[in-house]
Amino acid sequence: MARKKNRPTTEVNSGSMADIAFLLLIFFLVTTTIANDKGIAMLLPPKPDPNEPPPEVTKNDRNIFKILANSQDRLLVEDEPLQDVTELKDMVKEFVINFGNPDEDDIAVYNSFPSTLKSFVNSRGKRPDSSDGPGEAVVSFKADRGTSYELYIQILDQVNGAYNEIYAERADIEVDEWRLLDRKKPENKELYTKARKGIPRAISIAEPNKIGG
Amino acid sequence: MSKFGKKSSTSQEIPTAALPDIIFMLLFFFMVTTVMREVELMVQQNLPKAIQLQKIERKSLVSYIYIGEPKKKELFGAEPKIQVNDVFVEAKDIVRFVNQEKDKLDEVLRDQITMSLKVDIDTKMGIVTDVQQELREANARKLLYSSRQIAENL
Repeated sequence: MARKKNRPTTEVNSGSMADIAFLLLIFFLVTTTIANDKGIAMLLPPKPDPNEPPPEVTKNDRNIFKILANSQDRLLVEDEPLQDVTELKDMVKEFVINFGNPDEDDIAVYNSFPSTLKSFVNSRGKRPDSSDGPGEAVVSFKADRGTSYELYIQILDQVNGAYNEIYAERADIEVDEWRLLDRKKPENKELYTKARKGIPRAISIAEPNKIGG
Repeated sequence: MSKFGKKSSTSQEIPTAALPDIIFMLLFFFMVTTVMREVELMVQQNLPKAIQLQKIERKSLVSYIYIGEPKKKELFGAEPKIQVNDVFVEAKDIVRFVNQEKDKLDEVLRDQITMSLKVDIDTKMGIVTDVQQELREANARKLLYSSRQIAENL
């Protein structure tokens, strides 16, 4: 009848807990990436219907802002060569809010502008050889198959930048804020539609030539 | 029995009992913020830089198309190729790929599918235009040209 002493409590050696944790951590570090997909959004034109003839272009030339890029990455903007891509944004902005011959909707758009935009239009716009109004203005971009993707993105960036600046100024916020606007919130959605009303983001990507190979 | 017993050895030890806790916290952070890289990139991916970038609205509705020169030039050549889900495809296979991706989605959401084009900066527009034409045919018109952010006024 030996009295058993209390068994010494067995302790699990938890010294290796840190090792296990380190291993798991390194596993996750190696196999995963922090997702950060951002880019320039674009909506393609709908499928070309083989039965219907190509749509007639009845627009007046002054309502189309032509940008052409050849396989040597040289730019032709409104039939004049352009050396510096970064000038494109201001040119597009002047074109879109030119109000050369505005109709009723365009006049309503002009009246909704803040004073900074109105003074911009009055000083740099209202040219008869440029667009009638933002409802009519279309930016047409045609690249060659040999044009570099880098230039394509730069041009898209400039054109989108022009539109974003107009929208942001109309909504009275900074351009950075405009880009990051979370449209899921209802008050943001309202601001978004108000800023874009009457000024559609009319960017037309024409089918490229094959001239430059 | 000496009056003075053993000199007690006092050694300061930093308690490391909290070390696993710290590691677990870091671990959970990484588990939450990262995604498993599923596709092995077989093409060069030097993305262009741009200012006017927008975030993706719903990650679940995005499919990726990678275009660029193959990494293993000896095996695949130096011409830019289109990679989709770990395999190289031709432009004419894009329609089938889009339909496959659409089938994975809910009926109502199929029209909202966004194609994220990750194109290397050195590619020419020829192959990109082919892909765009095929995407128009497949009615996947929402595109996102993946780029890296730079600040304005450089």
